[in-house]
Amino acid sequence: MFNLGIKESISVGTVTNEQDLLEGLAKNDRMAIETIYKQHYNMVQSMILANSGYPDDARDIFQEAMIVLYEKVISGSFELNSQLKTYLYSVCRRLWLKRLSQLQRVSPEVEGLEERIPVEEDLEKHEQRNRDFIVMEQAMNSLGEPCKSLLEAYYLGKKSMVEIAGDFGYTNADNAKNQKYKCLMRLKKIFSQIKK
Amino acid sequence: MQDTTLLDAVERYLRGEMSPEEKALFEHVRNTNPEVDQMVVEHSLFLEHLNQYGEARRIKTQLNDIHHRLAETGQIEQSRPAIVVTLWNKYKRVVFVAACIAGITALAISGLVSALTPKVDKAKIEYLDRRLVAQDYKLNKLSTQINTAGQTQTAPESYGIGGTGFLIDGKGYLITAAHVVRGATRLKVQNPIGEYDAHIVQLDPHADLALLKINDTSYHPFNGLPYGISKTSAELGEELFTLGYPRPDIVYNKGYLSARTGYQGDTTTYQITIAANPGNSGTPVLNNDGDVIGIVSSTQQNAQGMVFAVRSKNIFQALDSMKTDSALQKTDSTLSHLHIPLNSSLKGLDRQQQIRRIEDYIFIVKRN
Repeated sequence: MFNLGIKESISVGTVTNEQDLLEGLAKNDRMAIETIYKQHYNMVQSMILANSGYPDDARDIFQEAMIVLYEKVISGSFELNSQLKTYLYSVCRRLWLKRLSQLQRVSPEVEGLEERIPVEEDLEKHEQRNRDFIVMEQAMNSLGEPCKSLLEAYYLGKKSMVEIAGDFGYTNADNAKNQKYKCLMRLKKIFSQIKK
Repeated sequence: MQDTTLLDAVERYLRGEMSPEEKALFEHVRNTNPEVDQMVVEHSLFLEHLNQYGEARRIKTQLNDIHHRLAETGQIEQSRPAIVVTLWNKYKRVVFVAACIAGITALAISGLVSALTPKVDKAKIEYLDRRLVAQDYKLNKLSTQINTAGQTQTAPESYGIGGTGFLIDGKGYLITAAHVVRGATRLKVQNPIGEYDAHIVQLDPHADLALLKINDTSYHPFNGLPYGISKTSAELGEELFTLGYPRPDIVYNKGYLSARTGYQGDTTTYQITIAANPGNSGTPVLNNDGDVIGIVSSTQQNAQGMVFAVRSKNIFQALDSMKTDSALQKTDSTLSHLHIPLNSSLKGLDRQQQIRRIEDYIFIVKRN
């Protein structure tokens, strides 16, 4: 509890404007992400609650919008010509409309007085990435062990081959590397199969 | 073999790890050999996918974590009651009917049960947690006194050791015995790497299982676990071992499966002959291949070395019911991605190596 208090005061003191927050987001700065979350979540939640949603829908939608924002920021294409608030609101609104039509819940028109900006293009890009994510996840899961853990440790965990050899019990880094190569080939194969 | 070296070269090239000469040479090969060129392009695209996958996974966990923390500290609104109200309105009538039926059935069954069961001496089994009821009471009283004294400072946190827990998903999901954490308001878990805050995701007092989740920013998720969780039954006479925390240092013990059923023929548990002490509750029981086959739960009074362990199969059953529990699902959306390892990577290793690999995945569970 005590620690949290300190962190908070830092965030208020150092991260002041939206540009800084976005740079923080791109650099994976937890405080920046937390600040954006804190500042905008309630707005999105009340929009979704007012339109036949539940708090948990709000959470899903808001987090997806955060990922859309993150993708946009790291691709370098985010210009702050609209407020962060407007952007997040517009993305969430689109995402929620789409979810509503999938769920076939009533209320076709999402009410809200906020200003909106077009975000279709960003969402299209995001959906493409999301599809790739799901395919990769499936491929990874059908890969089996130790391949899955091995590839995750190397490509996602960025561990060295020597460390991995130790962790997985290979006698040397070359053996681990050989195994990694075989696993990667299988992953590629499964990935392209699922993608078809 | 040729391909391995080539792919390795491609990866080093893409990561910019080549010396200028090597790079020039590689680019020359790339220019003159369209197959190599194609491989570079294709592989870099695939690595990009892999990278994005890792990134997305990381940020999703982080967002969930942030949400949880903000909600817990009240920095974002949580309008839980809304759901209850809507659901109540929706299912009011169903609930009434169900309640009536349930009431009648419960009365009938409890009548039958009390009429038919022989009197059982309930004190015969003893849980292996280290909680002292008297001490608990004292602590509670103390903390209420402090709170009512109107101090803004929170009471000094004191945690007693409750038992042992072990990871079933590197993201920070642990299993322990339900009686270890029951009624606890704050939990900490500790492994050789560090101490972390944790909370209860679900309790199944009937199976004596609890699912905990570490919610601490200093926790670094593990990629995969060394042991697997067994779905099949262990064999009578099978050699088994435990690694747990009956005291602040991890303790290894060895024993065997002595009966296929537990206390009074309970088929959801095994009887194991092994040394166990208070604090061992929640300790994983592993076989020689490194599969977790059970979780230490209780012991029979006055019977040295006789331990009852919940069958690991129950973990899956409990998790399945959690996964279908949509309310729970929504409070913790990573729950659906829970990945329980089925295969152990400890087969064929000697015991010392197995222990060294497992140690970090086993935690002391401390409760207030």
